[in-house]
Amino acid sequence: MTIAQDIREILGSNEAFAGKVDQLSDDDSLFDMGLDSFGSVQLMLALEERFNVEFPDELLNRKSFSSIRAISEAVSTLVKQEAA
Amino acid sequence: MDSISSPQGDLILDDEPEGGPTFLDRLFDHGLLIRTGVDGLYGRSGAFESVVEALDRLISRLGAADGAEVMRFPPGMSRPAFERSGYLKGFPNLAGTIHSFCGDGAGHAEILACVEEGRDWTGQQEATDVVLTPAACYPLYPVAAARGALPAEGRLFDLQSYCFRREPSLEPTRMQLFRMREYVRMGSPEQVLAFRESWLERGTAMMRDLGLPLEIDVANDPFFGRAGRMLANNQRSQGLKFELNVPVNSVEKPTACLSFNYHQDHFGSTWELQQADGSVAHTACVGFGLERITLALLRHHGLDLAAWPEAVRTSLWG
Repeated sequence: MTIAQDIREILGSNEAFAGKVDQLSDDDSLFDMGLDSFGSVQLMLALEERFNVEFPDELLNRKSFSSIRAISEAVSTLVKQEAA
Repeated sequence: MDSISSPQGDLILDDEPEGGPTFLDRLFDHGLLIRTGVDGLYGRSGAFESVVEALDRLISRLGAADGAEVMRFPPGMSRPAFERSGYLKGFPNLAGTIHSFCGDGAGHAEILACVEEGRDWTGQQEATDVVLTPAACYPLYPVAAARGALPAEGRLFDLQSYCFRREPSLEPTRMQLFRMREYVRMGSPEQVLAFRESWLERGTAMMRDLGLPLEIDVANDPFFGRAGRMLANNQRSQGLKFELNVPVNSVEKPTACLSFNYHQDHFGSTWELQQADGSVAHTACVGFGLERITLALLRHHGLDLAAWPEAVRTSLWG
């Protein structure tokens, strides 16, 4: 499973995206689609658990969680750092 | 807008010599605040209260033309409403719950024995359906939502309440129980943002007229934990909260005396509060920390109210 697929699976458990994840493109704005601040925090915590990483302070912002692509890039970087 | 400041060239908070009495000590010594043995929990003198009351009236005068509906709630609110509000998501550490003894006669004897022996007696306390109000507007939202959809012009409310936040501190500006005056606007995004903008101007003018040095800055609420850092960053990047800061304890860490908050649709969604067209209502509020403004006045104009500048006394007492 790719990182993007994992992210889609996690997003699917968010109330705002339940049943709609397949319609999302990698570049759709998650906030425009209904992700709120608390939802982005829950997403962040779920991603940390799934990928066994910790988002540093500089990534704890809306931009990092704005789209599936943005999240994928942030997670990929963190996973590589973890492996290095 | 990141920051509006007034000239602070003449601002010197140098009347607190190293090792000498702190501002809090001097407030106690002058009888303005009264010790209770708990940090952040103080009695207030008649003089202190005369300033709080004058500020309350001044804020009423400034907002009078808007025709806000006045509501006053006691400093406790329904626990189910508190739970639904989402306060625990952001501030579990600041919340105060009310617990009461729910045992029987034997339990009563046991707690008396515990008190007598200096042991913990609180084991039989159980949570009641009341929690301490964390912000003056929290009891309002369910009441407003129960009225049904907002009229086309939205609604405006005037609130004041003692509020509780569990953050014991020796800074007199960080009390555990303090009074917050608020105006709360509900309506469309345009309506509530226009309201916030008008109070940014009115609040700034009010504090300048009171002879206080100030800055307005982008701010964030003190959200709890790592998740809270993300909420805080989001809040700041979206410009949802501004604070009017006045140096009280120090110039480096000024005190937020007023705050101007745009909640977007947070409370509207939480409470299913609708605009006239059925879309989710947006809300905004301006909050005045009555004790904090009083302390700022005492810090800058001195502990003797009679010696305050005439213009300030006139603003407060006419």
